[in-house]
Amino acid sequence: MQTHALRRLGVGPVDLQIEAGTCVSLAGPSGAGKSVLLRMIADLDPHQGDATLDGQRCSQMPAPCWRRLVTYVAAESGWWEPTVRAHFAADTDLSVLLPAVGIAPEAAMWPVERLSTGERQRIALLRALTPPVRVLLLDEPTSGLDGTSAALVEDLLRERLKKGASILMVTHDPAQAARLASRHLQLRDGQVAEVARDEVKR
Amino acid sequence: MTAPSLTWLDLALAALLIVLNALMSVWLNLGLARALVVAGVRLVVQMLLVGMALKFVFALDSPWWVACTLVAMLAAASYEIHSRQERRFVGLWRYGIGAGTTMLATVFVAVFAMIILRPEPWYAPQVTIPLVGIVLGNVMNGVSISLNAFNTGVARERAAIEARLALGANRYAALKAMQRSALRSGMIPIINQMSAAGIITLPGMMTGQILAGMAPLEAAKYQILILFLLAGGAGLGALAATYVAVWRATDERDRLRLDRLQKAR
Repeated sequence: MQTHALRRLGVGPVDLQIEAGTCVSLAGPSGAGKSVLLRMIADLDPHQGDATLDGQRCSQMPAPCWRRLVTYVAAESGWWEPTVRAHFAADTDLSVLLPAVGIAPEAAMWPVERLSTGERQRIALLRALTPPVRVLLLDEPTSGLDGTSAALVEDLLRERLKKGASILMVTHDPAQAARLASRHLQLRDGQVAEVARDEVKR
Repeated sequence: MTAPSLTWLDLALAALLIVLNALMSVWLNLGLARALVVAGVRLVVQMLLVGMALKFVFALDSPWWVACTLVAMLAAASYEIHSRQERRFVGLWRYGIGAGTTMLATVFVAVFAMIILRPEPWYAPQVTIPLVGIVLGNVMNGVSISLNAFNTGVARERAAIEARLALGANRYAALKAMQRSALRSGMIPIINQMSAAGIITLPGMMTGQILAGMAPLEAAKYQILILFLLAGGAGLGALAATYVAVWRATDERDRLRLDRLQKAR
């Protein structure tokens, strides 16, 4: 996946390239525009520039098609049905998926209000992962999680990377960035810069 | 039998009720006296002005004057819809969305009514003006309630709508639930009015006709006709308004455009 001069609200122009099967971490101070950048790539806000996947331009395919391939998961995602189950396709086997991220299988039938913030975060990620997505744009996917749950999420993401997905992930945890990502980006003053691995850890 | 003509003295006697209420409010320190008296005075002034204006238009008996009156009524309704919104579309859409959909629904229903009632001549001001007035009022309510529910709901449910869009839903699918609930809010008043008609109260128009000497069954038939027109108009107006609102609150790339909605001050 490549972006070409993406620009919005003082962020950009951003040109990046993410190879299939790799994870790139994105750091930067709060308010630097990390979410703005991720949302631009998913074409969720009006912006300048374009993105391509395998040479196919985002602006030349219907936006819903693009977003099924390049999916953004917000830090706090939204819910539109009463139960967890109803947010997934009818043939999804939640009794396998939920335990994989450390959630009891019974939670499938729970109303969304009963879930904790961390549970919602993991289920929102599962929801985005059930269709065959090519690029994941993750906004702090483990920010509210304890170490064990975060490790389960990381395992899930690694498995996706192995299958050839690409991930661009906002994270404030340098150790996590070092574990998952092969390249590290820093967003500052609207510009994206590549930083070395040991610089991230600091 | 025809209704006895009301004298000014009759009205003055009725006004005593308002005065009595206002005195009670002052006595019990309820703080309602001023609002009550202002509303009462407004009622008198507005109704007398409208009575005189209608007398003038009725006397002229010209389709152009009828058209002018209807346009003025529509403009007032559009402004009222605009002022009832907590969140409004930016630019001319703030008026346009209400004006366009209200006009569409009102004209459609009014033409329908005129085919049924066949006034003579076709533009007869005694028929068209009150008819359009009552239809317009209900369309206005349906449109403004639905639009307000939609515009505030879209802002409140932003995370849910954007989550659906991000997962590849198109704009109509992502906003379907919001559109449905907005439409329901707009339609409930008229649905309730139809269900309750005749059981709890006699609807105002029927009461007026019976007081004016019409046979109750005839008055009931007229009331049924009118309520059908009102329900049809309100439903059509609210439907059109929510469709335009869905279209305008999103763009051709299926993005939610809350920047096109702003909070009313």
